[in-house]
Amino acid sequence: MAERGAVPLVSPTRRRALRLVSSFTSPLLPDDYLELVNPLWSTRELRGRIVRVQRETPDAVTVLIKPGWEWPGHRPGQYVRLGIAVDGVHHWRAYSLTSEPGRPDGLISITPKLVEQGKVSPFLNTRVEPGTVVRLGGVEGTFVLPEPTPERLLFISAGSGITPIASMLRGLERERELRDVVHVHCSRTREGVIFGRQLARLRGAHGGYRLHLRLTGTHGRLTPHDVQAICPDWRERETFLCGPAGLLETLGERWREAGLGERLHTEHFQPDAHVGDGERGCGGTIRLCRSGVEAVSDGEQPILLAGEQAGAEMPFGCRMGICHSCVGKLRSGQVRDLRTGRVHGQAGEMLRTCINAPEGAIEIDL
Amino acid sequence: MSATLEPPQTIEPTLPHVEEANGAESPLKRLSAEQLEHLGREFDAIHDDIFAELGERDARYIRNTIRLHRQLVLASRLLLLGSRRRELWVLGTAALSLAKILENMEIGHNVMHGQWDWINYPDINSQNWDWDTASPADAWRHSHNYEHHTFTNIRGKDRDLGYEIMRIDPHQKWHPIYVFQPLYNLILMGFFEWGVALHDMNFDAIRSGEKSKRQAGEELKAIGLKARRQIVKDYIAFPALSAAVNAAVAGARGGRRGEASRSARATFKSTLTANFTSNIVRNVWAHSIIFCGHFPDQTYTFSEEEVAEESRGGWYVRQLLGAANIDGGSLFHFLSGNLSFQVEHHLFPDMPSSRYTEAAPRVREVCARYGLPYNTGPLRKQLGTVHRTILRLAFPGGAPRPKPGPHSAG
Repeated sequence: MAERGAVPLVSPTRRRALRLVSSFTSPLLPDDYLELVNPLWSTRELRGRIVRVQRETPDAVTVLIKPGWEWPGHRPGQYVRLGIAVDGVHHWRAYSLTSEPGRPDGLISITPKLVEQGKVSPFLNTRVEPGTVVRLGGVEGTFVLPEPTPERLLFISAGSGITPIASMLRGLERERELRDVVHVHCSRTREGVIFGRQLARLRGAHGGYRLHLRLTGTHGRLTPHDVQAICPDWRERETFLCGPAGLLETLGERWREAGLGERLHTEHFQPDAHVGDGERGCGGTIRLCRSGVEAVSDGEQPILLAGEQAGAEMPFGCRMGICHSCVGKLRSGQVRDLRTGRVHGQAGEMLRTCINAPEGAIEIDL
Repeated sequence: MSATLEPPQTIEPTLPHVEEANGAESPLKRLSAEQLEHLGREFDAIHDDIFAELGERDARYIRNTIRLHRQLVLASRLLLLGSRRRELWVLGTAALSLAKILENMEIGHNVMHGQWDWINYPDINSQNWDWDTASPADAWRHSHNYEHHTFTNIRGKDRDLGYEIMRIDPHQKWHPIYVFQPLYNLILMGFFEWGVALHDMNFDAIRSGEKSKRQAGEELKAIGLKARRQIVKDYIAFPALSAAVNAAVAGARGGRRGEASRSARATFKSTLTANFTSNIVRNVWAHSIIFCGHFPDQTYTFSEEEVAEESRGGWYVRQLLGAANIDGGSLFHFLSGNLSFQVEHHLFPDMPSSRYTEAAPRVREVCARYGLPYNTGPLRKQLGTVHRTILRLAFPGGAPRPKPGPHSAG
């Protein structure tokens, strides 16, 4: 099934009233008619309207969204799945919420950074208009501040990894809990620092917030040695690290060596569009999530055949890509369309198993 | 992928254009395996070229069509609140018939084919759509998307050939019951949605034991549930609503005793007849368009032997020969759910219907080069030959009708 937004918080009375009306709209739902007037009125999924788009840096914008129903709330550091139509097709992406909870204007915000080969971030950065309706999925993520808030914190971020950290800082400021925070942020250039002005203001307004900017373009990547120099008491701080895999690995190793693995919280950011490395047609393993069966394809065998050979019961029809009887939802990985050679795949995408082969390891909801 | 394809020389038919004594030998026999492979790739290229272009324009088309349908429904139901008055009854019934026709053909049929799944939107998606007729969506997708489109026009496999109750191909054995087929075809016309609903049951399979009694029971239950919702909506809920509104208005206006309840009863009846009529209109229109898809004289049917070991190119040719288009303007195409492009639809079932007009000239061009026919004709001719066949084959005998020659470009 194509991905759907989160179920909104709608009062039981309203839901009951709509159910009564449904015998008039069958097989449609009253929501289908309500949407004609205002797409935000759908009780089937939570949607929002983009209220404003603010440019932060040449390649990052903050998108402010007004949810259609009451926002279910989030903890700083969590992310939301956002559904948006680009050139007719609906795409889903996970973005860290950069707004703090409980904004008086009821808005939420995300700050997508442009990823060159991406589909959604270029659209949000350059083409999206205020008034656009977006779909809001569940709020997820375990990259959150513990409760009660620790006395001393260390934030380490790189590039767009600053986004969950920004939400945390805003939340701490609102709750007046900015007591002793050291923030090391890495950016290639000074102009590329997302929220640069806001951080400078924070630093000026609060003695408890210390910002150290690491310009990796001039001074190279951040190393554990640098962290020691910038923040000698790092061992006594609850640390939140968000950045690329390389940074997470080197710093993670340092923390584990010191026996402090549990004090380091990480969030891994990777670009949305990842082209498969290696040769085309490499095949891969298939994990059929519902039946639990593991199958393998050599790159020539479609998922349907591989699954059947592994003993799973797979739905099928024409077995030639026409009737869509064999579709299943891709959970992770990429596939190759055996008819065209095209490698594709997004989590949540519905695929025909009779014409697609795995390109690397995949998980599919069948 | 196959961006530059060397077009083969125009294929000269190896047989004269005069039809053979036994009717028509399918052009499938004339094409070599190599030609079929080329043909397959050419049709694949048309499919891929068009799919590569799909974007906002197409998405907007289906969104607007769906919006139009829902607005028509609201307008018609509103008009029918006043269905006691003749003008409002006629207007409301016309609007509702139009709405049902659109929903059944241009929207429901096409969405359930997966033509709009590429949009990745769950509410315009083949897995999630249910349509405004008695037929449950799952059953339809199984018997239509899978069975009919895979086994198109193969005698003994495509159960749409005569829908198991009629003789529409001379190869089918005659049985005395068929004498009544012109009559029960008329009944099928008016109540087509019920015929379609029961079609996936596949009574032959139940009788032979191929389909278990348990599964048949489950399917019957699903039909019952869908039928109940449709009946409640059109024949109880809306008539009752109209009646209630009219009674309230009559009561508020004051007037003689019993006028409110008389008004209510009359409105209940007039709304019910309006809804009933609109279902009949949709059924008759759908039946006519659909019967023109595979039953006009021009189309071929195939034996299982003929299509054993069918290649991809062979599949394309069978779809081409087994389908027939209807000529018309863009409004006609829209109202027929673009099934007036039955050929293009059968060649590319999951291609958005908005693109058939664009695909058609390319398909015709390929037909011309390979010496294949391109079946089409005006509605009166296509429908006329269908009804003539139903009448003729009600009686024993009958021969395959003469088939058209290769399509000529220009």
